[in-house]
Amino acid sequence: MTKIQKKKSPDLVDDKTSACWYYSDLVKEHFFHPRNFLKKDPKPGEFDAEGQVGNFKCGDIMRMWLKVEPKTEKIQKLKWRTFGCGPAIASISAFTEMVLENHLTIKEALKIKPQDVVKKLGGVPSRKIHCSVMADLAFKKAVENYYKKTKK
Amino acid sequence: MKNMARFYFDHASTTELDPRVKKAMEPYWLEKFGNPSSIYQEGREAKTAIEKARKTIADLISARPEEIIFTAGGTESDNLAIFGMLGHPTSARRSDVQAHIITTKIEHHAVLYPIKKLEKGGLIKATYLSVDKNGLIDLAEFRKSLTENTILVTVGYANNEIGVVQPIAEIAKILRNFRNSKTPFFHTDACQAAGYLDMKVNPPTGGLGVDLMTVNGSKIYGPKGVGFLYARNGVKLEPIVYGGGQERGIRSGTENVPAIVGLAEAFKIAQAEQKKESLRLIKIRDFIIKELQKRIPDVVLNGHPTKRLPNNISISVLNAEGESMVLYLDAKGIAASTGSACTSESLEPSHVIMALGLPYEYSHGSLRFTLGRSNTKKDAEYLIKTLPPIVEKLRQMSPVKFKSQITIRQLADKSQINSKSQ
Repeated sequence: MTKIQKKKSPDLVDDKTSACWYYSDLVKEHFFHPRNFLKKDPKPGEFDAEGQVGNFKCGDIMRMWLKVEPKTEKIQKLKWRTFGCGPAIASISAFTEMVLENHLTIKEALKIKPQDVVKKLGGVPSRKIHCSVMADLAFKKAVENYYKKTKK
Repeated sequence: MKNMARFYFDHASTTELDPRVKKAMEPYWLEKFGNPSSIYQEGREAKTAIEKARKTIADLISARPEEIIFTAGGTESDNLAIFGMLGHPTSARRSDVQAHIITTKIEHHAVLYPIKKLEKGGLIKATYLSVDKNGLIDLAEFRKSLTENTILVTVGYANNEIGVVQPIAEIAKILRNFRNSKTPFFHTDACQAAGYLDMKVNPPTGGLGVDLMTVNGSKIYGPKGVGFLYARNGVKLEPIVYGGGQERGIRSGTENVPAIVGLAEAFKIAQAEQKKESLRLIKIRDFIIKELQKRIPDVVLNGHPTKRLPNNISISVLNAEGESMVLYLDAKGIAASTGSACTSESLEPSHVIMALGLPYEYSHGSLRFTLGRSNTKKDAEYLIKTLPPIVEKLRQMSPVKFKSQITIRQLADKSQINSKSQ
């Protein structure tokens, strides 16, 4: 658990200055300049698998597209689309960046936990973590879909 | 970025203080600081100030000064009206019958939660009236819900989210014909209405005909943390705050003299400028609604198109999430609010938008722009230019396209047809 996560306060407050900000600068950076989101609908064969989590009732929906190097299972391409709030968009953007920057394999990427994403974002208001930081779940769905397709 | 111009479209949330109000309050911080309960000069000055304020407010709503109780705001006034009612000797105190309260599904939480609290404690039964897709209650349904145990009916004058104005005088008329004793009493939360609508409480010269009415300062260019509850003579309220017996024992605690003076001044100005300001804002409101619907596909107006506050624009933008829109707008200098689950403390979508019978998608994509004195046509032009690319970007980012788009168009068309016929 990161320090910020332990805070019960719904919003982030700077201990020294008492300045309130709703989202950290890193959340804002990813939210206003999202990385790896899928602009155009995918061409046939562009990705190996995809997975979606969430629903309109809870308010956040995430979809991830995956392309994998079959031998090493290294993730070559990882794209997303999200309907949701600031941290929903920021967290999936950060998640894909973590995977792609570090050239992770499926196995390695599955180890990324929501708190790792929260840490990368410099904190997310605690009540938002459960509902909006769920990029790992979307990724798992995409991986399940990948194995289903490849290991028939 | 720091010096970027701001465009404030959230006047239903709170308003800036009117400089004239600030000036009226000024003497009561340093010079006339006395406690109104003291009998020496400083105390008498302060007492005079609050009694003048009481008279000003009473005159504005055609009530008597002793019918005005100063409180710390709209929430407290609502709570006092509801909790205070249970102390009434003719109603809930009769232990053999369970008192009944009627309200609506779209009330402010300051009304809904006290009622739910009483209901949970088994002290009352409650009826929550539903609203139609335009946000209006059904008077026939209301009439049917009245029982001989009904002690209180509370219906907001104008809704804070969708701005829909309820037929308060008609509800009062139904109640007058129904009652054979003093109860049920009729309360209205008029915080949103106070700057735009007629606030006279007494018939037969028009008037709302309510027995209790909530108004606060922070929505009418007055100070925050102050409000009043109008309680008609004969309405006995049990206090919810005990102490020194101020406000005829109904609301103890040293009066907030500067704020009370400010509240009266703000209310006086708001009522004096009400008609002119309403006409000005209706033009800007309708311009924004028309332009946004023209420039952005699948934008639906929430609430009745004409029976709404002059300053309220509540829309649902399909396939774009409310909090994200608010954050992008903020970055462009625009302050607005949303009923999306994501921004509420409880993470629940707006109960008001849900009560219109619309699916979750409408709640998540809801945006509220509420106009005020600072807003001009130029602000409106900036808004209608700024929102469309934001929506386009968020829709591009969304993995789902809400499917029943044909239904949405039909809904929108229908509401326009209805508005013409009414």
